[in-house]
Amino acid sequence: MPNTRIRVPKTAKAGDAVEIRAIIQHPMENGFRLDSQGTAIPVEIITDFSCSYDGGQVFSVKLEPGLSANPYFSFFLKATTSGPVDFRWVDQDGTITTATEQLEVT
Amino acid sequence: MMEYDNSANWSRRGVLAGIGAGVMLLAMPVRADDASVAQAISDTFGDTPRQDGKIALKLPPLAETGNTVPLTVTVDSPMSDTERVKRVVVFANRNPRPLIAAMMFGPKAATAEFSTNMRLSGTQDVIAMAELSDGTIWQAQVRVLVTVGACDSLQLRY
Repeated sequence: MPNTRIRVPKTAKAGDAVEIRAIIQHPMENGFRLDSQGTAIPVEIITDFSCSYDGGQVFSVKLEPGLSANPYFSFFLKATTSGPVDFRWVDQDGTITTATEQLEVT
Repeated sequence: MMEYDNSANWSRRGVLAGIGAGVMLLAMPVRADDASVAQAISDTFGDTPRQDGKIALKLPPLAETGNTVPLTVTVDSPMSDTERVKRVVVFANRNPRPLIAAMMFGPKAATAEFSTNMRLSGTQDVIAMAELSDGTIWQAQVRVLVTVGACDSLQLRY
């Protein structure tokens, strides 16, 4: 399972815009690089990323090879109730990586 | 005395022009041109008319490496229940694949803003387009100078 790093603040006030940052370790091979033998390395990317919270979607991305290795996203969530913030990455083979962080809303 | 054979009559200018043309040929393997970015845009948004504005695209004016170019897109929208940004799609007009990524904002998003890192194959324009909940499409464009492109010779270092 690839490494993920997520930053969700521990606490937030209700109604606040909370900055979320998420990164996953992944080469995002774009299909144009060559290996040491000169043969092309096939495309290997993450195709979908999504973040959900409190029963709704916050932010989701359709990724293409035009994004950098170790794709990083930061975005803003509207804090409403305490609960888990779920993250989900799907790669082109269908492998799913998930992560969860708890957000405390006061 | 040394005799120089000038029969080929290679001028310095001619040789340099030849080298330049050769380098240019080598450097353009699979560049997408404006036709392919236009194709990618019409595949994504159809032929809906687009207006300039509402989007702030934050990119470095000069990127040393095209492998990770930080990008921040902010769309001017209240993100209320009725007036929202549905999605933002980013294109780069000289990348081999002009479509960079498509971002969707769900009901729990507080602002229509995100940051990410993208690849650029060379100096080119980055175009961001936002589709709002009322169906209108807005666009913004920024030029980025790239010293070493993501598809160029230093690729094995990264």
